[in-house]
Amino acid sequence: MTAAAATATTDGAPAGARAGLLEIRDLVKHFPIKSGVVIDRQVGAVQAVDGVTLSVKEGETLGLVGESGCGKSTLCRTVLQLIPPTSGSVQFEGKELVGLRGRGLRPLRREMQMIFQDPYASLNPRQRVGQIVGTPLRIHGLASGDSLKRQVNELLERVGLGPEHYNRFPHEFSGGQRQRIGIARALALRPKLIIADEPVSALDVSIQAQIINLLEDLQDEFKLTYIFVAHDLGVIRHVSDRIAVMYLGKIVELGPAEEVYSKPIHPYTLSLLSALPIPDPKANAEREQIVLEGDLPSPANPPAACRFHTRCPYATEICSREEPALVNYGNDHWAACHHPLHREHPEAVAEALPELKQESA
Amino acid sequence: MSLLEIQDLKVHFHTDDGVVRAVDGASFAVDEGQTLGIVGESGCGKSVANMTILGLTQSPVTSISGRILLDGRDLLEASPDEMQVVRGQEIAMIFQDPLTSLHPFYKIGSQLTEAILVHKDVPKQEARDRAIELLGLVGIPDAASRMGDYPHEFSGGMRQRVMIAMALVNDPKILIADEPTTALDVTIQAQILRLIQSLQERLGMAVILITHDLGVVADVANYINVMYAGRIVEAGTLDEIFYDPQHPYTWGLLGSLARPDRPRAERLSQVRGQPPSLLAPPQGCHFRPRCPHEFDRCKETPALESRTGTPGHLDRCWLPPEKKRTLRVVKGDQIGLEVPAA
Repeated sequence: MTAAAATATTDGAPAGARAGLLEIRDLVKHFPIKSGVVIDRQVGAVQAVDGVTLSVKEGETLGLVGESGCGKSTLCRTVLQLIPPTSGSVQFEGKELVGLRGRGLRPLRREMQMIFQDPYASLNPRQRVGQIVGTPLRIHGLASGDSLKRQVNELLERVGLGPEHYNRFPHEFSGGQRQRIGIARALALRPKLIIADEPVSALDVSIQAQIINLLEDLQDEFKLTYIFVAHDLGVIRHVSDRIAVMYLGKIVELGPAEEVYSKPIHPYTLSLLSALPIPDPKANAEREQIVLEGDLPSPANPPAACRFHTRCPYATEICSREEPALVNYGNDHWAACHHPLHREHPEAVAEALPELKQESA
Repeated sequence: MSLLEIQDLKVHFHTDDGVVRAVDGASFAVDEGQTLGIVGESGCGKSVANMTILGLTQSPVTSISGRILLDGRDLLEASPDEMQVVRGQEIAMIFQDPLTSLHPFYKIGSQLTEAILVHKDVPKQEARDRAIELLGLVGIPDAASRMGDYPHEFSGGMRQRVMIAMALVNDPKILIADEPTTALDVTIQAQILRLIQSLQERLGMAVILITHDLGVVADVANYINVMYAGRIVEAGTLDEIFYDPQHPYTWGLLGSLARPDRPRAERLSQVRGQPPSLLAPPQGCHFRPRCPHEFDRCKETPALESRTGTPGHLDRCWLPPEKKRTLRVVKGDQIGLEVPAA
């Protein structure tokens, strides 16, 4: 890197000076690929998450984008210790989570909750709504009897459901309502951090807007910190303060939401933005869409050096030889690329991204 | 006369709970070389309407009425054998999930050649050559060697390409694509949309694209039908729907998008409530209970007709067009549905 402003990331997390609520450092999760009948032999590893360093500040929403198979869901689950990481460290308010098991994790589970993508699969079909939402409170011994019921009803009301829903089963609800139940359950313990893994992808557009607005209201009310995973870049930009773009288990770009959208540095980010269909026929016709060739390579056998070089339109010889470091290009905007777009190909950004229309009002 | 014309199609399912009016009087038409986008939320009847075109919804509990004219011939009166010829040869369909629509135990090559041999009396080798040619056409590299692969050996995008190749084996006049890119990543979605577009230009097919994503239709369609609760509530050209939408539901759809091409909105303009149950849809306009601009007349069902003076631009809303123009603007040039705070 020739950049004078560039700082190496090997020893410093891409974050502000102050330690964040959640500090993820060099997090690695490899799933072994085994072969053999009698003796299990490890023949390889799916490198789902491969050295992710991230810091999440209190009260912010960090958007996490990437194609399916890039490791974003695995990252969420390893952060919450739902699956143990291979190596690396996850610190929540300065407390190390990696290595903790069972009982040791329980107090921290109160602080960190998750909302899942599929509201049909993440609610127990045999439990009534009151039971589902009340379970976290019961497990942690925070409420029982009448007080439990009262708290559950308050939660239901807060997410837009009523006391008449208390005794119903999940199958009696629509997708959007089920997602509200999932949100009420995540909210029950008044956590500080909520990881939302594609919370609106399974919902219809008109319902998506309802849920996004609800999540934003709850954030203001309860001072929540979100990690928001989605593949819809429109949704991600709407909710996020900062955005992290993942490709094959690595963060390739990280920065303030508006900057990543208007001035992407990594060619992968640009191609994601450019591939996005825009609900405006004229804007669609005007722009030069970058259509990436090929599929995401297998994370079991990722390309050497820069993992994007096999699909990158700007790749040169160095890209297949040397892995680019995540570098700060100013304003806390980080990217891992040998050919940062804003320096080497500013015209590509201008052609591919429709001009942001200014509000007339 | 249009290539395919649907007239007052009704598809009702008689269930234990009552009659589900999945499609309740839909009329539309497509011509050669045209792409018709059908937009709506889950359960609005967009898939049922199109499966009915192919005769895939017939069952003892279904009652179907109306007309489905393909080149002037009514498909609802065709025999099962005749429909067998229509399916695949004249109208082909690709589905949302390419993994469940391919047989997991058979190699791609044999599934493709079977599709050819069912419709055409040609030697096996010729069918095989045609299959390889098609795989090449839809952009599968090294097509000849991939003929021997099973569906699970392909990625999602590649599988959807295989489905498209299979749909094209007999040069259909109409391709119905039911949410073809919903299960795919954005980068792959862009590839598949480009592919459908270029194939259409090359082969001159008519395409019916069913989707819930307004971005996708804005990219490829010429003409759009917006469906809500079993009815088409608005129909018009791409520009009419996006720049002069007449139905409050269309405003709601447009306004609830988190748009990447506009400055970030403080709040998305959401549509309140849920879509109605098709067992007992509201009387009159089906969107009435969710519409902030409802008035007395909405209890009568508005007809799908031109109310703006533009012949092809149809809608089902009683509000006068001048009034709509003042009601629908939310912010700047972004059209949305103003919902009073709860």
